Amino acid sequence: MKEEIELIKEGKRLDGRGFDELRPIKIEVGVLKRADGSCYLELGDNKVIAAVYGPREMHPRHAQDAKMAVVKFRYNMAPFSTDDRKRPGPDRRSVEISKVCREAFNPVIMRELYPKMGIEVYVELLQSDAGTRTAGINAASIALADAGIPMKDLVSSIAVGKINGEVVLDLNAAEDNNGEADMPIAMIARTNTITALQMDGRMTQEEFGRGLKLAMGACHQIYELQRAALVTRYNQNYEGKSKREEE
Amino acid sequence: MGLEIVNDVRTDYVCDLVRNGKREDGRGFREYRDISIERDVIKRAEGSAHVKIGDTEVLVGVKVELGTPFPDTPDKGVIITNAELVPLASPKFESGPPNENSIQLARVVDRGIRGSETIDLDKLCIEEGEKVWMVFIDIHVLDDNGNLVDAAALGAITSLLNLRIPNERYGLTGENTLPMRDTPVAVTMVEIEGNILVDPSFDEGNAAASSVTVISNADGTLSGMQKSGSGGLKEAQIAEMVEIGIEKAGEIRKKYL
Repeated sequence: MKEEIELIKEGKRLDGRGFDELRPIKIEVGVLKRADGSCYLELGDNKVIAAVYGPREMHPRHAQDAKMAVVKFRYNMAPFSTDDRKRPGPDRRSVEISKVCREAFNPVIMRELYPKMGIEVYVELLQSDAGTRTAGINAASIALADAGIPMKDLVSSIAVGKINGEVVLDLNAAEDNNGEADMPIAMIARTNTITALQMDGRMTQEEFGRGLKLAMGACHQIYELQRAALVTRYNQNYEGKSKREEE
Repeated sequence: MGLEIVNDVRTDYVCDLVRNGKREDGRGFREYRDISIERDVIKRAEGSAHVKIGDTEVLVGVKVELGTPFPDTPDKGVIITNAELVPLASPKFESGPPNENSIQLARVVDRGIRGSETIDLDKLCIEEGEKVWMVFIDIHVLDDNGNLVDAAALGAITSLLNLRIPNERYGLTGENTLPMRDTPVAVTMVEIEGNILVDPSFDEGNAAASSVTVISNADGTLSGMQKSGSGGLKEAQIAEMVEIGIEKAGEIRKKYL
């Protein structure tokens, strides 16, 4: 972490954003045919695709839960998604991220409706630009809804961080690599319940409190975008569906 | 199956106690268990510590070796943190490759040390692009009775503070102590029935829907945080956990480091 790199010029970040501004977000619902639910999402230069399968029989069987469905979450980066080629397959980072993401969804998915079943969420990062896990959670949330999985609400996610001593929203790669801290969160917007929280780097208690508020506010913005994407998809629903079935 | 039912019963018991303002071992909600630290317990390791928090026991050993730096940081030393949940430590642990729990444990401990820039990695460079000191922090869990993260983090920082760099072995001269700049301390809390409990026991850890680890430094800044578990938390609860975490870390630092 180097202090000398200038990431803020005249009150603006290098990509022209203000401190509390999100990168552009683009969402498409139901992009994959074979999956029960899917979503393509862009967050700045992040490109991520999420697919949901299930509820279906949980494998391996010893991992079944007699009382509720088990959520499987796999966060995976494509080898070409990063500057240096990423060796394919799970590494320690993606194992941890997968765990955190799964736990972010456990409070909303009505798992008790499907004992012994598995609900599988697959997130593939096609192009990365920092904040990949938040993009993945936002996409997975929509894919779960698209799959018709009963949920209490959507989960929305974003990171805040600290660059050149300022608390800012939604770090891009240059900011993440040269910044002082990074804190991704996930939240149930309707109830302001935080379901994932990590912090990396160094910030004061006051900065943390300010950052958490900033991130929570942004999650409400993202929630509206997620909702709008689903509404758009299902307004043209019947046409879209029958077109699918005709094929 | 049998174990699951026992777990359910234990969970009910713990939650019931918490509703009545009690904990199974008689502690207050904000009370930490007794800590004991034994330093330099392993002769072959450059740094080591045997930490006990109540009945939880963790042994941390640090090995220091000369190696080549990562290509993107040719002028910096290397820290690698690893954790093994060996089957001797709990009926729940199995041998085999690291699973998500051991990976999370290692990565959270690592985050605290890295985030606070505890070790001045620039000073671990011997020859740019060629030779740097590599610090391997290995966490060996011996007895899991809850709150492994705090025990592991405490073991790691203690080991680092007391570490001897093996200059002689490589025919080098120089400082024999690590260039340490801070002392991050991890404090883990769980939320049960709307209450925040510090330093969860094994059963409390199982009963809780969420746990949060707050890692803080000598000046009260935060250098790492991790929520774990399948529950949700409110902003006010997290703010309170951060407050408690910083306060408890201060107490532990003063007494043990």
